[in-house]
Formats: sequence, structure tokens, C-alpha cells
Amino acid sequence: MTLTLEAAPQLIRVRPLLRVTGLHKRYGQTQAVRGVSFELYPGEVLGIVGESGSGKSTVLRLLNLEETPDGGRFELGETPDVFALTRQERRAVQVHQIGIVYQNPHLGLRLRSSASGNIAERLLSAGERRYGALREAASTSLAASEFPLARMDDPPLVLSGGMQQRVQLAKATALSPRLLLLDEPTTGLDVSVQARVLDTLRTMQRAHQVSMIVVSHDLGVIRTLADRVLVMRGGLVVERGLSDQVLDDPQHPYTQELVHAKL
Amino acid sequence: MTLLTVTDLSKRFHIHHLEREVAAFGELSFTLRGGEFKRVSGANGAGKSSLLRCLYRSALPTGGRAIYASLRGEIDLARAHDADIALLRREEIGYVSQFLRPRPRTSALRLVAEGLGTAGVGAAGLNTAGLNTDEAVDAAQELLSELGLRRELWPAYPSTFSGGEQQKVNLARALVRPQRLLLLDEPTASLDAQARTALSRRLKTLKEQGVALLGVFHHPGDVAGLIDGEIRVSAPSSVQAQEVTD
Repeated sequence: MTLTLEAAPQLIRVRPLLRVTGLHKRYGQTQAVRGVSFELYPGEVLGIVGESGSGKSTVLRLLNLEETPDGGRFELGETPDVFALTRQERRAVQVHQIGIVYQNPHLGLRLRSSASGNIAERLLSAGERRYGALREAASTSLAASEFPLARMDDPPLVLSGGMQQRVQLAKATALSPRLLLLDEPTTGLDVSVQARVLDTLRTMQRAHQVSMIVVSHDLGVIRTLADRVLVMRGGLVVERGLSDQVLDDPQHPYTQELVHAKL
Repeated sequence: MTLLTVTDLSKRFHIHHLEREVAAFGELSFTLRGGEFKRVSGANGAGKSSLLRCLYRSALPTGGRAIYASLRGEIDLARAHDADIALLRREEIGYVSQFLRPRPRTSALRLVAEGLGTAGVGAAGLNTAGLNTDEAVDAAQELLSELGLRRELWPAYPSTFSGGEQQKVNLARALVRPQRLLLLDEPTASLDAQARTALSRRLKTLKEQGVALLGVFHHPGDVAGLIDGEIRVSAPSSVQAQEVTD
């Protein structure tokens, strides 16, 4: 029906930053993720779309080492398989190389500690102990996330949804991770707030060439942020391609349905 | 130097909910050299835009080859890995669509300057690597004023602009960055006379610099004197809306 694309790039000579092979995850009888494989090149943004239950968020939790997979390899940078590391080594990878922003700020933040304290916590876990350095790094990171510094000592509990996402972003990027994971980062925000948070994400990505994986059910978010996209359904990747190609010339029946259902 | 060699390229859209295939264009062959400007012509629905999109890979070709002589080596655009295409879009191949897709809360000036911001990635030599933000903004301003977008609109969000104003932003965004192959899909459709003249001047300069140009122009008069050849596209009627039985 269509040409088969090359299995590997010919022009890009750098190695992928990340390569996931044959990822599997089961919850009881449910196969949440069934043999998912993909690569991410340095500086690239990969989107994962799909409806609830497609397995997209599970993929992200597995990459963030919050859960143990039932099968698969996770090559990250020079590490041939992060899943095969000891618990302690995995913890080090999670702290130093991976940052994550959740849809729900409860998962990523202590809502009653100050915004700056939340970021300091991340730096503390990496070994920084000097108060001045912690404070300075927290404010740099918050500023980069376009968070108003006048409010850096407020707890996230009293901040708006958009501000909470900025605190999460500042925390996730405080240690300049090689991989930034975003799980529905703007879902549930007001439209105008969503646009501004997306704008911050894009600006940051462009300025620092952050390698990102963004999970969203919102095709607009994917089009705005992602270079390439995976479409997931029932734990499988049913289609993959450049974002504009998948959204404008979808091949799989499910992707065609998804694209046509968009308002 | 031949930059692009297209052989038997074709595109059919498979529309699942109709269980049908719709042919966009049939087997098409042509070449394009650096500094050459060819016009894609054909009736409405003949597949002119689809041809450009297949080369930019915002659509997937169904068959054939499109060998492109990249600075990094030869590659078949019809089959290349997505990551390679993404790289070529950053470094060598540009595309001007018929319409701007404004991004919420992003000013006209930033949309244009941003086109330069990412071009340095990968350092292919040809690029604007090393241009800092101020220089990118200068280049963007120069192009916007050349195309005649009023200065007071530069910091505004283009979502509320008229069609013609949006198209100026769209053009500036695509033209601000150096390319080796530029694909133009009816860029003059909604432009006023000043912008059409400015565009034609800019395309002439690009042509002289050796950029290969391929474009759909509703009014070929807009680029008169620049066109070196024509590629006629037609949807193959025999397979049009063919029933699919798989």
C-alpha cells in the first residue's frame, strides 16, 4: 500500500540518545504495553498519542523507572540497558538523567512545601547541600520555566494550575537531564494557560535542545511540540511517523478516526 | 548539479472509512538542478500540492523514488527514515504552505525569527549556525518589512491577521532561513502586489544563489521570467476512486 521506509537513518550519524526495544508491561490479566520499540535522537521531541488505556502513560512510567517492565531493553546514552541496573544505579539514572512532568501536580510536587523547596529537594537528592547554591539554582530553574520569582516561596497548593506545572517543569529540569518526560503536561489547564505553558516548553526545548517525550491525547499539543509521533492503541504502536505526516496523511484506520474526530 | 531526481513517484490516499483509494497523482518523473526553478502545473485536484507534500514528506508517497543529493549524501526522500527527513527539514529543505498555522500566543516576529533559531542544529556548514537571537530578529524584521507587513503587527499574534497578512508571516518564516531545496505551494494566492513583487525578488536571489525551487503558482505571471520549466501533474483517472478489496 505504501513504501516501506528505511529501518535506520542514513544521514544522521549520531547514535540515538535512547533506544527502547520490546517493552512489555502486564497488570494482572491486562497487557498494558505489548512489545513497544522506538528511538529518540538527541534534541528530538517524540510524541505519543492515544486514548485512555492505550498504554501511553505506562510507557512513560516505565521510562521514568517508576515501575518494572515484564520485558524489554532500555538503552540510554552509554548505558546498554537501564532496566538491568541495580536499584541504586537506577535511582542515580533517574535523578541525574531523567526529568518528568505529570499531568497531576500531586504526583510531582510536595504541595505544602514552597515552590523553591520543591526544586531544592531535587538538588539535594543529587548531593548539593549549600543553602545559597540551592536557592540560587532553584531561582534560575524557576526563571527558566517562566515562573514569577516573587512567588517562589509560596507552596504549590496556593498556586494556579499553570503555575504548578511551571514548578514541576523547573524541578524536572533543575539538574539538566538528558531526557525530559512530559505526561499530559497541559491537560486540564484553561486554554490560554495551556498555550502559555506550551510556549514555555517550546522555548526551553529550542534553547537547550532538550530531548523530550511528550504523551498526550491532544493532537494540537503533539503538533506544537513533537517532531515525530507514535500512535498507540491497546498497548501497541499502530502507526509512527513525522508529526505533520501522521496528522495530515494518517495511514492506519485508527489514526484516521482519531484525526477526523478532532474538532 | 542535479539535486533531485524523481522517478515514477506516485501517491494514492487510502480512505479507510470509505474503503476506497483516491489517486492524488500518477507516476511522475523529472529532475531538478541547483538554481533551477520549475513550476508544477495541472488542474484543480490534479495532485500538485500532494507532489510537494510527498517530497517534504508531510505525505507518504505510494510508489517511486525521489533521490535527493543532500550535503550529507544521497537519499531517497520517498523512503528515508523519519529522523533523516526531520534533519533535512532543519538544514536543507524548506516548504511554504498555502496557509499559516499560527501558534497561540506567539508573535509574528517570533514565528519568523524562530525559523532561524533551529537552523543551526547539526551544523551542516550551509546553515545559519552562529546567528544569535538579535541577528535572527534583525533578519526577520528585514524580511517582514520587505514583504510589507506593517510594523505595528510584528509584536502581535497572527491568529487575528487577515489571510494576506498571515501569508506574509508564513512566507517570511520559510524564506528567512537558507535552503537548498524550496517547495512552494501557491504562496502568492492571498498576497497583495507589493508582497508578490518582494517575493519574486527574493526568489530570484535564491535562484542566483543556487537554490532549487519547485512551486505551484496559480498566476504564473507572479514569477514570470524565473521559471525554467514545467512539470505537468494529473490524477490518473483510471485509478481514481478505485475500490479497494483487501
